[in-house]
Amino acid sequence: MARYDRAITVFSPDGHLFQVEYALEAVRKGNATVGVRGTDTIVLGVEKKSTPKLQDSRSVRKIVSLDTHIALACAGLKADARVLINRARIECQSHRLTVEDPVTVEYITRYIAGLQQKYTQSGGVRPFGLSTLIVGFDPYTGVPALYQTDPSGTFSAWKANATGRNSNSMREFLEKNYKETSGQETVKLAIRALLEVVESGGKNIEIAVMTKERGLRQLDEAEIDAIVAEIEAEKAAAEAAKKTPSKDT
Amino acid sequence: MKLDLSGFESTPSLHGGAVDDVGEDLFSRPSFQLPACSDFDGFQKDAVQMVKPAKGTTTLAFIFKEGVIVAADSRASMGGYISSQSVKKIIEINPYMLGTMAGGAADCQFWHRNLGIKCRLHELANKRRISVTGASKLLANILYSYRGMGLSVGTMIAGWDEKGPGLYYVDSEGGRLKGARFSVGSGSPYAYGVLDSGYRYDMTKEEAAELARRAIYHATFRDGASGGVASVYYVGPDGWTKLSGDDVGELHYKYYPVVPTPIEQEMADAPAA
Repeated sequence: MARYDRAITVFSPDGHLFQVEYALEAVRKGNATVGVRGTDTIVLGVEKKSTPKLQDSRSVRKIVSLDTHIALACAGLKADARVLINRARIECQSHRLTVEDPVTVEYITRYIAGLQQKYTQSGGVRPFGLSTLIVGFDPYTGVPALYQTDPSGTFSAWKANATGRNSNSMREFLEKNYKETSGQETVKLAIRALLEVVESGGKNIEIAVMTKERGLRQLDEAEIDAIVAEIEAEKAAAEAAKKTPSKDT
Repeated sequence: MKLDLSGFESTPSLHGGAVDDVGEDLFSRPSFQLPACSDFDGFQKDAVQMVKPAKGTTTLAFIFKEGVIVAADSRASMGGYISSQSVKKIIEINPYMLGTMAGGAADCQFWHRNLGIKCRLHELANKRRISVTGASKLLANILYSYRGMGLSVGTMIAGWDEKGPGLYYVDSEGGRLKGARFSVGSGSPYAYGVLDSGYRYDMTKEEAAELARRAIYHATFRDGASGGVASVYYVGPDGWTKLSGDDVGELHYKYYPVVPTPIEQEMADAPAA
């Protein structure tokens, strides 16, 4: 098996592309990232690792906008992310220039996934080590969308998804607790999923909310803390209700 | 000097060109070898000058309340020789978009067909029809990249998309204009005269078709390079349909029927003396 992971253009006898699978390992070591699609709101959440004291935390943006109506969060190699995001931003503008219309979420996802795939089928290059969650509103129909891509270049649409560290637990939580939400409820669902695997508190989570009217908005620490407090209160109330089921006879 | 658009390229330029773009070939600019001669600039100038006066035609298109009317004549001329009276100058790009031909017939036919291919590929990739804006921009970008190489195309792209009726004028100089009324060709001044004076936004389909027919007729009457058959097409929400194709000679006698001159005095035989 060790002989089949040198050059990525080579398949192993049992049909694996090992470099792609190793890239997925790199993704699994990345920050926990979650995305939830509501009826009128889409939320992206990323785990924020503790920033060194001397680092300017504002220069480390994990959730970025690709265009006024499209945002992206990713897990994996941050340097690869920077390159991929720049190419996607150029493509968004190039599309506006050639057809005088903004890109749809599906189009830019297909472009990014195509780019990731190209690097799995060329000589002398390695795949991008990141999975992305791409969100946005369709510029024509206004329908919200959430897509995920991975290092192999596959992409698909999701109602809610997670990637990066502990993504399986987050996805399990979302599968159990997902329902159609809107507005603040969507934000809460995303934060609750993230809190399953991340230490509680506003300084460990980065949340961005996208709405059709206001575009992408990063929530600041105070806002996140407030919502986290709300969630904890709800959890406590639920536990209390469970412990004393029939308080009034 | 060509603009450096490498920033817009969607393919990475790696060392040794390792990345293969088989699928992108259809979208990359078709290229051909340039002639090897001592005076390349002069050669190009002569080629362009030779083709320039050749937009002998009359085509027109306008938007009105029910959609777009597109009309054209059908004469092809080579200098003073009429080479054909039955050229199809309205090209069907796809069931909801039309293009008109003025300038080099081969250039127009080829590039409209190429545009039709690109529109269909866009539909397949994006699961939605391309807009008239997008289609006209694709054509304009292609023509711009061949600017100065002798293409002669003066075309109008007319269609119906989600935003309603659309009409663009695109030419081989790389120009692209959005508008509600256009006429292209050597007969266009005459057609504009009739079109502009008779145009109202809220005409019925029949009135609009008749206006277009008259405009083409009048242009063929005065312009030697236009003639043949006046075709009128209509583009609506369900696509285009051909409304009429009338020989302009017959149209002449329809608009100006021969009136027998009244006889004032009958010559009577002199009575036999």
